[in-house]
Amino acid sequence: MTSTFIHLLTGFIEKTFVITEFELRKLRHDFTELITRALQPALWLLIFGQVFSRSGAIHTGNIPYLDFIAPGILAQSVLFVAIFYGINVIWERDLGIVQKFLASPTPRAALVLGKGFSAGTRTLSQAVIVYCLSLLLGVKLNWSPLALLNVLVIVVLAATLFSTFSLIIACIVKTRERFMGVGQVLTMPLFFASNAIYPIAIMPGWLKTISHLNPLTYVVDALRTCMLAGSTSAFGLGLDYAVILLTTTILVFIGARLYPRLAT
Amino acid sequence: MGPRIHRQRAEGRVGLGLDDFPMSDTVIEIKTLTRRFGAFTAVDALTLSVNAGEVFGLLGSNGAGKTTTIKMLTTLLPPSSGEARVAGFSISTQAVDVRRSIGYVPQAVSVDGSLTGYENLLIFAKLYDLPHREQQARIREALEFMGLTADGGRLVGEYSGGMVRRLEIAQSTLHRPRVLFLDEPTVGLDPIARDAVWKHLVDLRANYGTTLFFTTHYLEEAESHCDRIAIMRQGKVDALGTCKELETSLGPGHTLNEVFVHYAGSALDSGGTFRDVSAERATAQRLG
Repeated sequence: MTSTFIHLLTGFIEKTFVITEFELRKLRHDFTELITRALQPALWLLIFGQVFSRSGAIHTGNIPYLDFIAPGILAQSVLFVAIFYGINVIWERDLGIVQKFLASPTPRAALVLGKGFSAGTRTLSQAVIVYCLSLLLGVKLNWSPLALLNVLVIVVLAATLFSTFSLIIACIVKTRERFMGVGQVLTMPLFFASNAIYPIAIMPGWLKTISHLNPLTYVVDALRTCMLAGSTSAFGLGLDYAVILLTTTILVFIGARLYPRLAT
Repeated sequence: MGPRIHRQRAEGRVGLGLDDFPMSDTVIEIKTLTRRFGAFTAVDALTLSVNAGEVFGLLGSNGAGKTTTIKMLTTLLPPSSGEARVAGFSISTQAVDVRRSIGYVPQAVSVDGSLTGYENLLIFAKLYDLPHREQQARIREALEFMGLTADGGRLVGEYSGGMVRRLEIAQSTLHRPRVLFLDEPTVGLDPIARDAVWKHLVDLRANYGTTLFFTTHYLEEAESHCDRIAIMRQGKVDALGTCKELETSLGPGHTLNEVFVHYAGSALDSGGTFRDVSAERATAQRLG
């Protein structure tokens, strides 16, 4: 009984990493997308961040506004990259790739989680970019190895979370046109109903409630805690991790149930 | 049948002969298999059996239910009712065992253009749990078998249509499946590429005893390669037998074309849905 379970689990983990490996191999053949993606966080930090920092319109307590939004912009660019990840599976469905993987004995959850992790690894380049920009702008970063490792893990998990969410949408809408529509509709509310570019404290009551239900809020809080020197967590890093991990697990489970719909 | 597959896998035998698959074995057993989409019945109480080592062609006009049948047999689509066993396993209750025993080449392009030919094979070697030390040899052998040895390191995006199809066949037979399902394997290919694909498929059966179950529009392909064919119309099998049998069933001097029109109906009464047609044309465009 236990040995079957262990066998299933190791098989699942092994297959997940096979899927991730091959998604990443594609990057090695064509890495232009990594470069073009650098633009968006640069615009947010260099233009939006600088202007709002000067205006002093948003009070962020004892940390400067630019320091405050640097982790927020990292979370945002992870969200923006991950939320459109599902378009790939629609493309793979229009070809016959999804069908062929589904006709193989690979566990469905491994197909979903493997793709999620690859999205996660892809977004690590966003972390490098945001760190470079932060250095340039004089943000006081925490360079302790433990903090850096935490940032790495949080970014990968957050991208896994949102790309799996994206994959679920793709399984439901199935066409590129509808997917782009839904993607556009979801990104901005997720972004604005979070603590990415302003603190929750200054939000009206109804928005506070929504932002507490938004996983991005916990991603931002965790990143802010680990990225900045001398920053403290609003919710506690443990709760942040718990929310992120639990949401990801639930989404992978739903994704694995819905993924076979792409073959029909 | 089940235990034998496991024995083969355990021994890791290479190059099974026809003797390993006696022709009398039934490898696909379909009983009153039905699939409805809302009020529309795509496959209607289909009953059919295919012998091990047979080359079996499923013919019919667009929308006759060929692809839906293949999707159910490959466990991609659950049936509404009825049952089928593939390689001895139930498609409903033993889906994972079925998946281990089959290979599937969908109609649309199913290899990844942004990976090399070698990488496309490597990922499936890993997903099908080929023993580590055998992976490289199997991949090399598969590339050689399909005439792709020189192109294994190239990106598949640069392949020609015929090469893509051959790679897809290599990919879905790497684990030596008992049954290979092919949905319109030669759609969009020029006659020379079509011949090359068929040459490799015939070799596959001769060397490994693989049962080939495929759909096609091309009657001459069915005539020259199939042991038996079934003609589907509106979800049912209207005619079943060898090409010769079907031709003589209409009386002396009939061609397979006349048999097809007789059983499948004129091309006017159906043409498939918009999605079927656009998918087929897109495939033809990508391969051609």
